[in-house]
Amino acid sequence: MREPLNKKVQEIQPSGIRKFFDIVSEMDDVLSLGVGEPDFDTPWHIRDEGIYSLEKGRTFYTSNSGLKELRQEICNYLERRCHVSYNLENVFITVGGSEAIDLAIRAMIDPGDEVIIPQPCYVSYLPCTILADGVPVAIYLKEENQFRLTAEELEAAITPKSKVLILPFPNNPTGAIMSREDLEAIREVILRHDLFVISDEIYSELTYSGEHVTIASLPDMKERTILINGFSKAYAMTGWRLGYAAAPKHILDQMVKIHQFAIMCAPTTSQYAAIEALRNGDRDVAKMRESYDQRRRFLMTTFKEMGIDCFEPYGAFYVFPNISRFGLSSDEFATRLLQEERVAVVPGTAFGDCGEGFLRISYAYSLDALKKALERMDRFIKKLEQEKA
Amino acid sequence: MREKILSLLETNSRIDLADLAAMLGLTEAEVANEIALMEKENIICGYHTMINWDNTSSEKVSALIEVSVTPHRGLGFDKMAERIYQYDEVSSVYLMSGTFDFTVLIEGRTMKDIAYFVSDKLSPMDGIVRCATHFVLKKYKDHGTILVDTKSDERMLVSP
Repeated sequence: MREPLNKKVQEIQPSGIRKFFDIVSEMDDVLSLGVGEPDFDTPWHIRDEGIYSLEKGRTFYTSNSGLKELRQEICNYLERRCHVSYNLENVFITVGGSEAIDLAIRAMIDPGDEVIIPQPCYVSYLPCTILADGVPVAIYLKEENQFRLTAEELEAAITPKSKVLILPFPNNPTGAIMSREDLEAIREVILRHDLFVISDEIYSELTYSGEHVTIASLPDMKERTILINGFSKAYAMTGWRLGYAAAPKHILDQMVKIHQFAIMCAPTTSQYAAIEALRNGDRDVAKMRESYDQRRRFLMTTFKEMGIDCFEPYGAFYVFPNISRFGLSSDEFATRLLQEERVAVVPGTAFGDCGEGFLRISYAYSLDALKKALERMDRFIKKLEQEKA
Repeated sequence: MREKILSLLETNSRIDLADLAAMLGLTEAEVANEIALMEKENIICGYHTMINWDNTSSEKVSALIEVSVTPHRGLGFDKMAERIYQYDEVSSVYLMSGTFDFTVLIEGRTMKDIAYFVSDKLSPMDGIVRCATHFVLKKYKDHGTILVDTKSDERMLVSP
Protein backbone atom coordinates (compact mmCIF):
# COMPACT_ATOMS: atom_id res chain seq x y z
CA MET A 1 0.00 0.00 0.00
CA ARG A 2 1.13 3.53 -0.69
CA GLU A 3 2.03 5.92 2.13
CA PRO A 4 -1.34 7.48 2.95
CA LEU A 5 -0.07 10.37 5.00
CA ASN A 6 0.97 13.91 4.39
CA LYS A 7 4.61 14.50 5.36
CA LYS A 8 4.02 17.87 6.93
CA VAL A 9 1.35 16.52 9.23
CA GLN A 10 3.47 13.56 10.24
CA GLU A 11 6.33 15.80 11.19
CA ILE A 12 4.24 17.83 13.59
CA GLN A 13 4.89 16.77 17.17
CA PRO A 14 1.81 15.95 19.23
CA SER A 15 1.24 18.46 22.02
CA GLY A 16 3.41 17.88 25.10
CA ILE A 17 0.25 18.13 27.14
CA ARG A 18 -1.16 15.12 25.39
CA LYS A 19 1.71 12.94 26.57
CA PHE A 20 1.13 14.03 30.12
CA PHE A 21 -2.58 13.50 29.84
CA ASP A 22 -1.99 9.90 28.85
CA ILE A 23 0.04 9.23 32.00
CA VAL A 24 -2.42 11.01 34.28
CA SER A 25 -5.47 9.22 32.97
CA GLU A 26 -3.90 5.88 33.94
CA MET A 27 -3.67 6.91 37.60
CA ASP A 28 -6.14 7.10 40.46
CA ASP A 29 -6.48 9.67 43.20
CA VAL A 30 -4.82 12.41 41.21
CA LEU A 31 -5.29 16.01 42.30
CA SER A 32 -5.00 18.01 39.16
CA LEU A 33 -3.84 21.58 38.74
CA GLY A 34 -3.50 20.95 35.07
CA VAL A 35 -6.62 22.17 33.34
CA GLY A 36 -6.89 25.09 30.98
CA GLU A 37 -10.55 25.84 31.54
CA PRO A 38 -12.75 27.52 34.16
CA ASP A 39 -14.11 25.52 37.09
CA PHE A 40 -17.42 27.40 36.97
CA ASP A 41 -20.47 26.16 35.14
CA THR A 42 -21.76 28.43 32.43
CA PRO A 43 -24.09 30.87 34.24
CA TRP A 44 -27.61 29.49 34.20
CA HIS A 45 -29.28 32.37 32.37
CA ILE A 46 -26.88 31.75 29.48
CA ARG A 47 -27.48 27.99 29.47
CA ASP A 48 -31.20 28.67 29.64
CA GLU A 49 -31.06 30.76 26.47
CA GLY A 50 -29.31 27.88 24.74
CA ILE A 51 -32.04 25.50 25.88
CA TYR A 52 -34.74 27.96 24.85
CA SER A 53 -33.28 28.25 21.37
CA LEU A 54 -33.54 24.47 21.05
CA GLU A 55 -37.12 24.51 22.31
CA LYS A 56 -37.96 27.11 19.69
CA GLY A 57 -36.50 24.79 17.07
CA ARG A 58 -33.62 27.04 16.13
CA THR A 59 -31.66 24.09 14.89
CA PHE A 60 -30.61 25.33 11.46
CA TYR A 61 -27.38 26.74 10.05
CA THR A 62 -26.76 30.40 10.56
CA SER A 63 -25.03 32.50 7.90
CA ASN A 64 -21.34 31.71 7.52
CA SER A 65 -20.36 34.77 9.50
CA GLY A 66 -22.77 33.99 12.30
CA LEU A 67 -25.95 35.59 13.62
CA LYS A 68 -26.18 39.28 12.88
CA GLU A 69 -27.55 39.94 16.36
CA LEU A 70 -24.56 38.27 17.96
CA ARG A 71 -22.08 40.11 15.76
CA GLN A 72 -23.76 43.36 16.70
CA GLU A 73 -23.46 42.48 20.39
CA ILE A 74 -19.78 41.73 19.86
CA CYS A 75 -19.29 45.16 18.25
CA ASN A 76 -21.03 46.74 21.25
CA TYR A 77 -18.93 44.70 23.63
CA LEU A 78 -15.62 45.61 21.98
CA GLU A 79 -16.62 49.26 22.10
CA ARG A 80 -17.72 49.02 25.72
CA ARG A 81 -14.87 46.94 27.14
CA CYS A 82 -11.94 47.50 24.77
CA HIS A 83 -12.70 50.98 23.38
CA VAL A 84 -12.31 49.95 19.78
CA SER A 85 -15.07 50.34 17.17
CA TYR A 86 -15.87 47.69 14.63
CA ASN A 87 -18.73 47.38 12.16
CA LEU A 88 -20.73 44.25 11.49
CA GLU A 89 -18.63 43.54 8.39
CA ASN A 90 -15.49 43.39 10.58
CA VAL A 91 -16.68 40.60 12.86
CA PHE A 92 -17.40 36.94 12.37
CA ILE A 93 -18.12 33.97 14.59
CA THR A 94 -15.84 30.94 14.79
CA VAL A 95 -15.72 27.58 16.51
CA GLY A 96 -13.73 28.75 19.50
CA GLY A 97 -10.83 31.17 19.44
CA SER A 98 -8.66 28.32 18.16
CA GLU A 99 -10.44 28.19 14.81
CA ALA A 100 -9.93 31.91 14.40
CA ILE A 101 -6.19 31.50 15.06
CA ASP A 102 -5.91 28.82 12.40
CA LEU A 103 -7.94 30.83 9.87
CA ALA A 104 -6.03 34.05 10.45
CA ILE A 105 -2.71 32.31 9.85
CA ARG A 106 -3.97 30.46 6.80
CA ALA A 107 -5.54 33.59 5.32
CA MET A 108 -2.33 35.61 5.57
CA ILE A 109 0.64 33.32 5.21
CA ASP A 110 2.30 32.36 1.91
CA PRO A 111 4.93 29.62 1.88
CA GLY A 112 8.10 30.91 3.49
CA ASP A 113 6.50 33.85 5.30
CA GLU A 114 7.69 34.10 8.84
CA VAL A 115 5.35 34.11 11.80
CA ILE A 116 6.84 35.50 14.98
CA ILE A 117 5.66 33.54 18.01
CA PRO A 118 6.56 34.71 21.51
CA GLN A 119 7.01 31.67 23.75
CA PRO A 120 6.04 30.18 26.13
CA CYS A 121 2.60 30.23 24.58
CA TYR A 122 -0.52 28.27 23.79
CA VAL A 123 0.19 25.12 21.83
CA SER A 124 -1.54 25.80 18.52
CA TYR A 125 0.30 28.74 16.94
CA LEU A 126 3.31 26.72 15.87
CA PRO A 127 1.57 23.74 14.22
CA CYS A 128 -0.96 26.05 12.54
CA THR A 129 1.94 28.02 11.06
CA ILE A 130 3.64 24.87 9.81
CA LEU A 131 0.41 23.56 8.30
CA ALA A 132 0.10 26.86 6.43
CA ASP A 133 3.66 26.44 5.08
CA GLY A 134 4.78 29.40 7.15
CA VAL A 135 8.02 29.52 9.07
CA PRO A 136 7.65 29.89 12.83
CA VAL A 137 10.18 32.17 14.48
CA ALA A 138 10.18 31.89 18.26
CA ILE A 139 10.98 34.69 20.66
CA TYR A 140 11.93 33.36 24.07
CA LEU A 141 10.23 35.62 26.57
CA LYS A 142 12.08 36.15 29.80
CA GLU A 143 11.05 35.85 33.40
CA GLU A 144 13.03 38.99 34.27
CA ASN A 145 10.67 40.90 31.94
CA GLN A 146 7.65 39.26 33.58
CA PHE A 147 7.30 37.34 30.30
CA ARG A 148 6.24 40.46 28.42
CA LEU A 149 7.33 41.04 24.84
CA THR A 150 9.77 43.93 24.59
CA ALA A 151 10.49 46.09 21.54
CA GLU A 152 14.13 44.93 21.52
CA GLU A 153 13.17 41.27 21.50
CA LEU A 154 10.73 41.85 18.66
CA GLU A 155 13.22 43.90 16.65
CA ALA A 156 15.84 41.16 17.01
CA ALA A 157 13.47 38.51 15.61
CA ILE A 158 12.53 40.42 12.48
CA THR A 159 13.87 39.47 9.04
CA PRO A 160 12.76 40.61 5.56
CA LYS A 161 10.39 37.61 5.55
CA SER A 162 8.61 38.48 8.80
CA LYS A 163 4.92 39.00 8.18
CA VAL A 164 2.80 38.21 11.20
CA LEU A 165 3.31 38.63 14.93
CA ILE A 166 1.25 36.48 17.27
CA LEU A 167 0.44 38.45 20.40
CA PRO A 168 -0.96 36.10 23.06
CA PHE A 169 -1.77 38.23 26.10
CA PRO A 170 -3.00 37.71 28.81
CA ASN A 171 -0.83 34.69 28.33
CA ASN A 172 -1.39 30.99 28.71
CA PRO A 173 0.79 29.54 30.37
CA THR A 174 2.60 32.40 32.12
CA GLY A 175 -0.30 34.64 33.13
CA ALA A 176 1.68 37.64 31.82
CA ILE A 177 -0.14 40.70 30.52
CA MET A 178 0.92 43.63 28.34
CA SER A 179 0.11 47.10 29.65
CA ARG A 180 -0.66 50.04 27.38
CA GLU A 181 2.99 51.21 27.67
CA ASP A 182 4.28 47.74 26.78
CA LEU A 183 2.03 47.68 23.71
CA GLU A 184 3.02 51.19 22.65
CA ALA A 185 6.67 50.16 22.72
CA ILE A 186 6.16 47.24 20.34
CA ARG A 187 3.67 49.15 18.19
CA GLU A 188 6.43 51.34 16.85
CA VAL A 189 8.41 48.26 15.73
CA ILE A 190 5.34 46.67 14.17
CA LEU A 191 4.56 49.76 12.12
CA ARG A 192 8.15 50.31 11.02
CA HIS A 193 8.43 46.75 9.72
CA ASP A 194 4.92 46.64 8.29
CA LEU A 195 3.90 43.56 10.32
CA PHE A 196 0.41 42.23 10.94
CA VAL A 197 -0.73 41.18 14.38
CA ILE A 198 -2.84 38.22 15.41
CA SER A 199 -3.85 39.26 18.89
CA ASP A 200 -5.20 36.32 20.85
CA GLU A 201 -7.12 37.96 23.67
CA ILE A 202 -9.15 34.98 24.87
CA TYR A 203 -8.21 35.74 28.50
CA SER A 204 -8.87 39.49 28.22
CA GLU A 205 -11.60 39.50 30.87
CA LEU A 206 -9.29 37.77 33.34
CA THR A 207 -6.99 40.70 34.00
CA TYR A 208 -6.33 41.59 37.62
CA SER A 209 -4.52 44.90 37.45
CA GLY A 210 -6.72 47.46 35.80
CA GLU A 211 -8.33 47.17 32.41
CA HIS A 212 -7.21 44.94 29.59
CA VAL A 213 -5.81 46.95 26.68
CA THR A 214 -6.07 45.62 23.13
CA ILE A 215 -3.36 46.58 20.69
CA ALA A 216 -6.13 47.23 18.14
CA SER A 217 -7.10 50.31 20.12
CA LEU A 218 -3.72 51.99 19.56
CA PRO A 219 -3.40 54.44 16.62
CA ASP A 220 -2.99 52.85 13.17
CA MET A 221 -3.18 49.35 14.61
CA LYS A 222 -6.76 48.34 13.83
CA GLU A 223 -5.87 48.18 10.12
CA ARG A 224 -3.23 45.54 10.78
CA THR A 225 -4.67 43.57 13.68
CA ILE A 226 -6.78 40.44 13.77
CA LEU A 227 -8.33 40.56 17.20
CA ILE A 228 -9.37 37.13 18.43
CA ASN A 229 -11.53 36.51 21.44
CA GLY A 230 -14.28 34.14 22.54
CA PHE A 231 -16.63 32.99 25.22
CA SER A 232 -14.75 30.06 26.75
CA LYS A 233 -12.79 31.78 29.47
CA ALA A 234 -14.81 34.90 30.26
CA TYR A 235 -18.18 33.16 30.48
CA ALA A 236 -17.01 29.65 31.36
CA MET A 237 -18.31 28.33 28.02
CA THR A 238 -15.48 26.08 26.82
CA GLY A 239 -17.72 23.24 25.68
CA TRP A 240 -19.92 25.55 23.60
CA ARG A 241 -17.01 26.10 21.22
CA LEU A 242 -17.56 29.70 20.34
CA GLY A 243 -15.12 32.45 19.48
CA TYR A 244 -14.80 35.34 17.09
CA ALA A 245 -12.40 37.42 15.08
CA ALA A 246 -12.54 41.16 14.46
CA ALA A 247 -10.38 42.35 11.59
CA PRO A 248 -10.11 44.60 8.54
CA LYS A 249 -12.74 43.52 6.01
CA HIS A 250 -10.34 42.38 3.28
CA ILE A 251 -8.62 39.98 5.69
CA LEU A 252 -11.80 38.84 7.36
CA ASP A 253 -13.45 38.03 4.02
CA GLN A 254 -10.69 35.56 3.23
CA MET A 255 -10.97 33.98 6.67
CA VAL A 256 -14.73 33.59 6.21
CA LYS A 257 -14.06 31.93 2.87
CA ILE A 258 -12.00 29.15 4.48
CA HIS A 259 -14.50 28.92 7.34
CA GLN A 260 -17.45 28.47 4.96
CA PHE A 261 -15.85 25.51 3.25
CA ALA A 262 -14.36 23.87 6.33
CA ILE A 263 -16.93 24.61 9.02
CA MET A 264 -20.00 26.21 7.46
CA CYS A 265 -21.01 28.06 10.62
CA ALA A 266 -20.46 27.99 14.35
CA PRO A 267 -23.01 26.01 16.43
CA THR A 268 -26.38 27.79 16.33
CA THR A 269 -27.37 26.96 19.93
CA SER A 270 -24.10 28.38 21.20
CA GLN A 271 -24.62 31.57 19.22
CA TYR A 272 -28.00 32.21 20.84
CA ALA A 273 -26.56 31.54 24.28
CA ALA A 274 -23.69 33.91 23.54
CA ILE A 275 -26.08 36.78 22.76
CA GLU A 276 -27.43 36.44 26.29
CA ALA A 277 -23.88 36.26 27.67
CA LEU A 278 -22.94 39.57 26.07
CA ARG A 279 -26.19 41.30 26.96
CA ASN A 280 -26.51 40.24 30.57
CA GLY A 281 -23.27 38.56 31.56
CA ASP A 282 -21.06 41.41 32.79
CA ARG A 283 -21.87 40.69 36.41
CA ASP A 284 -21.08 37.01 36.10
CA VAL A 285 -17.74 37.87 34.57
CA ALA A 286 -16.93 40.30 37.38
CA LYS A 287 -17.83 37.71 39.99
CA MET A 288 -15.70 35.00 38.43
CA ARG A 289 -12.80 37.41 37.94
CA GLU A 290 -12.90 38.34 41.62
CA SER A 291 -12.91 34.70 42.59
CA TYR A 292 -9.91 33.89 40.35
CA ASP A 293 -8.09 36.91 41.70
CA GLN A 294 -8.59 35.71 45.28
CA ARG A 295 -7.19 32.32 44.44
CA ARG A 296 -4.31 33.91 42.54
CA ARG A 297 -3.36 35.90 45.62
CA PHE A 298 -3.70 32.84 47.80
CA LEU A 299 -1.39 30.88 45.53
CA MET A 300 1.24 33.64 45.43
CA THR A 301 1.22 33.87 49.23
CA THR A 302 1.48 30.13 49.65
CA PHE A 303 4.32 29.85 47.13
CA LYS A 304 6.24 32.46 49.02
CA GLU A 305 5.80 30.47 52.23
CA MET A 306 6.87 27.29 50.45
CA GLY A 307 9.96 28.99 49.03
CA ILE A 308 8.94 28.63 45.39
CA ASP A 309 10.06 31.47 43.14
CA CYS A 310 7.30 32.88 41.03
CA PHE A 311 6.85 36.22 39.31
CA GLU A 312 3.42 37.66 40.02
CA PRO A 313 1.12 37.18 37.03
CA TYR A 314 -1.81 39.53 36.49
CA GLY A 315 -3.79 37.66 33.86
CA ALA A 316 -5.50 34.39 32.87
CA PHE A 317 -5.73 31.71 35.59
CA TYR A 318 -2.22 30.35 35.63
CA VAL A 319 0.91 30.87 37.62
CA PHE A 320 4.27 29.91 36.16
CA PRO A 321 6.66 29.17 39.02
CA ASN A 322 10.39 28.76 38.48
CA ILE A 323 11.51 25.36 39.76
CA SER A 324 15.04 25.36 38.34
CA ARG A 325 16.66 25.52 41.77
CA PHE A 326 15.56 21.98 42.53
CA GLY A 327 17.92 20.63 39.90
CA LEU A 328 15.27 18.74 37.94
CA SER A 329 14.02 19.44 34.45
CA SER A 330 10.39 20.57 34.15
CA ASP A 331 9.45 17.21 32.80
CA GLU A 332 11.23 15.30 35.58
CA PHE A 333 9.74 17.54 38.24
CA ALA A 334 6.20 17.19 36.89
CA THR A 335 6.54 13.44 36.37
CA ARG A 336 7.90 12.81 39.85
CA LEU A 337 5.33 15.11 41.44
CA LEU A 338 2.67 13.09 39.72
CA GLN A 339 4.11 9.68 40.59
CA GLU A 340 5.15 10.43 44.15
CA GLU A 341 2.42 12.80 45.30
CA ARG A 342 -0.33 12.35 42.71
CA VAL A 343 -0.46 16.01 41.76
CA ALA A 344 -0.77 16.85 38.07
CA VAL A 345 0.76 20.06 36.75
CA VAL A 346 1.97 20.79 33.24
CA PRO A 347 5.73 21.10 32.55
CA GLY A 348 6.62 24.50 31.13
CA THR A 349 8.25 22.84 28.12
CA ALA A 350 4.81 21.87 26.81
CA PHE A 351 4.53 25.54 25.79
CA GLY A 352 7.89 25.88 24.07
CA ASP A 353 11.52 25.03 24.82
CA CYS A 354 12.02 28.20 26.83
CA GLY A 355 9.48 26.88 29.33
CA GLU A 356 12.27 24.68 30.71
CA GLY A 357 12.67 25.25 34.43
CA PHE A 358 9.03 26.25 34.89
CA LEU A 359 5.66 24.65 35.61
CA ARG A 360 2.20 25.77 34.62
CA ILE A 361 -0.18 25.64 37.55
CA SER A 362 -3.81 26.42 36.99
CA TYR A 363 -5.90 27.99 39.72
CA ALA A 364 -9.22 27.24 38.13
CA TYR A 365 -9.94 25.08 41.19
CA SER A 366 -11.73 25.50 44.48
CA LEU A 367 -9.74 26.79 47.42
CA ASP A 368 -10.00 23.38 49.06
CA ALA A 369 -8.59 21.60 46.04
CA LEU A 370 -5.77 24.12 45.76
CA LYS A 371 -4.88 23.74 49.42
CA LYS A 372 -4.78 19.97 49.27
CA ALA A 373 -2.65 19.95 46.14
CA LEU A 374 -0.25 22.54 47.55
CA GLU A 375 0.17 20.53 50.75
CA ARG A 376 1.25 17.56 48.69
CA MET A 377 3.53 19.76 46.62
CA ASP A 378 5.11 21.16 49.76
CA ARG A 379 5.85 17.63 50.97
CA PHE A 380 7.42 16.84 47.60
CA ILE A 381 9.64 19.91 47.68
CA LYS A 382 10.85 19.11 51.19
CA LYS A 383 11.78 15.67 49.96
CA LEU A 384 13.72 17.15 47.04
CA GLU A 385 15.57 19.45 49.39
CA GLN A 386 16.51 16.52 51.61
CA GLU A 387 17.78 14.58 48.62
CA LYS A 388 20.00 17.47 47.67
CA ALA A 389 21.36 17.99 51.18
CA MET B 1 -13.19 45.29 51.78
CA ARG B 2 -16.01 44.44 54.17
CA GLU B 3 -18.20 43.27 51.37
CA LYS B 4 -15.48 40.90 50.15
CA ILE B 5 -14.87 39.49 53.61
CA LEU B 6 -18.59 39.00 54.09
CA SER B 7 -19.19 37.27 50.81
CA LEU B 8 -16.36 34.84 51.50
CA LEU B 9 -17.60 34.17 55.03
CA GLU B 10 -21.14 33.79 53.79
CA THR B 11 -20.17 30.76 51.73
CA ASN B 12 -17.67 29.36 54.24
CA SER B 13 -17.74 30.64 57.79
CA ARG B 14 -15.00 28.19 58.76
CA ILE B 15 -12.50 29.62 56.33
CA ASP B 16 -9.00 29.94 57.75
CA LEU B 17 -8.10 33.47 58.77
CA ALA B 18 -4.74 33.12 57.02
CA ASP B 19 -6.41 31.97 53.79
CA LEU B 20 -8.90 34.78 53.96
CA ALA B 21 -6.13 37.32 54.40
CA ALA B 22 -4.08 35.83 51.54
CA MET B 23 -7.06 35.80 49.19
CA LEU B 24 -7.85 39.44 49.85
CA GLY B 25 -4.26 40.65 49.89
CA LEU B 26 -4.56 41.82 53.51
CA THR B 27 -2.77 40.91 56.72
CA GLU B 28 -4.34 38.50 59.17
CA ALA B 29 -4.53 41.23 61.77
CA GLU B 30 -6.46 43.52 59.41
CA VAL B 31 -8.98 40.82 58.60
CA ALA B 32 -9.37 39.73 62.22
CA ASN B 33 -9.88 43.30 63.28
CA GLU B 34 -12.50 43.95 60.62
CA ILE B 35 -14.38 40.77 61.51
CA ALA B 36 -14.35 41.67 65.20
CA LEU B 37 -15.75 45.09 64.35
CA MET B 38 -18.50 43.63 62.22
CA GLU B 39 -19.42 41.23 64.99
CA LYS B 40 -19.66 44.14 67.38
CA GLU B 41 -21.76 46.16 64.95
CA ASN B 42 -24.12 43.22 64.57
CA ILE B 43 -23.32 42.94 60.86
CA ILE B 44 -22.05 39.43 61.43
CA CYS B 45 -24.77 37.97 63.62
CA GLY B 46 -23.59 34.38 63.90
CA TYR B 47 -21.82 31.45 62.25
CA HIS B 48 -24.26 28.73 61.38
CA THR B 49 -23.90 25.35 59.80
CA MET B 50 -25.81 24.46 56.67
CA ILE B 51 -27.40 21.08 57.37
CA ASN B 52 -29.41 18.98 55.01
CA TRP B 53 -31.65 17.33 57.59
CA ASP B 54 -33.25 15.22 54.89
CA ASN B 55 -30.03 13.23 54.75
CA THR B 56 -30.10 12.44 58.47
CA SER B 57 -32.29 10.00 60.32
CA SER B 58 -33.93 12.70 62.41
CA GLU B 59 -37.41 13.72 61.34
CA LYS B 60 -38.02 17.39 60.80
CA VAL B 61 -40.95 19.21 59.36
CA SER B 62 -40.90 22.78 58.25
CA ALA B 63 -43.61 25.11 57.12
CA LEU B 64 -44.03 28.57 55.71
CA ILE B 65 -46.92 30.53 57.18
CA GLU B 66 -48.39 33.59 55.56
CA VAL B 67 -49.67 35.80 58.33
CA SER B 68 -52.00 38.79 58.01
CA VAL B 69 -52.35 41.12 60.97
CA THR B 70 -54.17 44.29 61.98
CA PRO B 71 -51.66 46.41 63.75
CA HIS B 72 -53.37 48.07 66.72
CA ARG B 73 -52.66 51.54 67.95
CA GLY B 74 -49.25 51.59 69.59
CA LEU B 75 -48.70 48.06 68.44
CA GLY B 76 -47.03 48.37 65.00
CA PHE B 77 -45.63 45.62 62.80
CA ASP B 78 -42.40 45.50 64.76
CA LYS B 79 -44.24 44.78 67.96
CA MET B 80 -46.36 42.11 66.27
CA ALA B 81 -43.25 40.55 64.79
CA GLU B 82 -41.62 40.46 68.18
CA ARG B 83 -44.50 38.51 69.65
CA ILE B 84 -44.08 35.97 66.89
CA TYR B 85 -40.30 35.66 66.67
CA GLN B 86 -39.88 35.06 70.39
CA TYR B 87 -41.10 31.50 69.93
CA ASP B 88 -38.22 29.03 69.67
CA GLU B 89 -39.87 27.01 66.92
CA VAL B 90 -39.95 30.05 64.65
CA SER B 91 -36.77 30.16 62.57
CA SER B 92 -37.41 33.27 60.45
CA VAL B 93 -39.87 36.15 60.34
CA TYR B 94 -40.01 38.61 57.45
CA LEU B 95 -42.27 41.62 56.91
CA MET B 96 -43.60 41.39 53.37
CA SER B 97 -44.99 43.66 50.71
CA GLY B 98 -48.12 42.39 48.96
CA THR B 99 -51.27 40.62 50.06
CA PHE B 100 -50.15 39.44 53.49
CA ASP B 101 -47.88 40.90 56.13
CA PHE B 102 -45.45 38.36 57.57
CA THR B 103 -43.74 35.27 56.30
CA VAL B 104 -43.06 33.01 59.24
CA LEU B 105 -40.79 30.02 58.77
CA ILE B 106 -41.24 27.39 61.40
CA GLU B 107 -39.61 24.09 62.17
CA GLY B 108 -41.01 21.26 64.25
CA ARG B 109 -40.44 17.61 64.83
CA THR B 110 -43.83 16.55 63.53
CA MET B 111 -46.71 17.99 61.58
CA LYS B 112 -48.67 17.90 64.81
CA ASP B 113 -46.13 20.21 66.47
CA ILE B 114 -46.63 22.77 63.77
CA ALA B 115 -50.40 22.37 63.72
CA TYR B 116 -50.43 22.92 67.47
CA PHE B 117 -48.31 26.05 67.18
CA VAL B 118 -50.56 27.55 64.51
CA SER B 119 -53.87 26.69 66.16
CA ASP B 120 -52.94 27.30 69.77
CA LYS B 121 -50.29 30.01 69.68
CA LEU B 122 -50.26 31.96 66.47
CA SER B 123 -53.91 32.15 65.35
CA PRO B 124 -55.37 33.20 68.72
CA MET B 125 -52.80 35.96 69.13
CA ASP B 126 -54.32 39.45 69.32
CA GLY B 127 -54.17 41.26 66.01
CA ILE B 128 -53.70 38.16 63.85
CA VAL B 129 -56.32 38.09 61.13
CA ARG B 130 -55.39 35.14 59.02
CA CYS B 131 -52.78 32.38 58.82
CA ALA B 132 -52.14 30.26 55.73
CA THR B 133 -49.82 27.37 56.52
CA HIS B 134 -47.80 25.69 53.76
CA PHE B 135 -45.81 22.61 54.61
CA VAL B 136 -42.45 22.15 52.90
CA LEU B 137 -42.35 18.91 50.95
CA LYS B 138 -38.76 18.99 49.71
CA LYS B 139 -35.87 21.40 49.91
CA TYR B 140 -33.88 21.85 46.73
CA LYS B 141 -31.80 24.86 47.56
CA ASP B 142 -31.27 26.75 50.78
CA HIS B 143 -29.16 29.82 51.46
CA GLY B 144 -27.61 29.68 48.01
CA THR B 145 -26.62 26.05 48.36
CA ILE B 146 -28.12 23.36 46.17
CA LEU B 147 -29.08 20.46 48.45
CA VAL B 148 -29.97 17.84 45.87
CA ASP B 149 -27.39 16.19 43.57
CA THR B 150 -23.75 16.94 44.29
CA LYS B 151 -21.62 17.71 41.27
CA SER B 152 -18.23 16.26 40.51
CA ASP B 153 -15.49 17.89 38.44
CA GLU B 154 -16.04 16.56 34.94
CA ARG B 155 -13.17 18.35 33.32
CA MET B 156 -10.28 16.42 31.82
CA LEU B 157 -7.39 16.24 34.25
CA VAL B 158 -4.95 17.99 31.95
CA SER B 159 -5.77 20.25 29.03
CA PRO B 160 -4.00 23.00 27.10
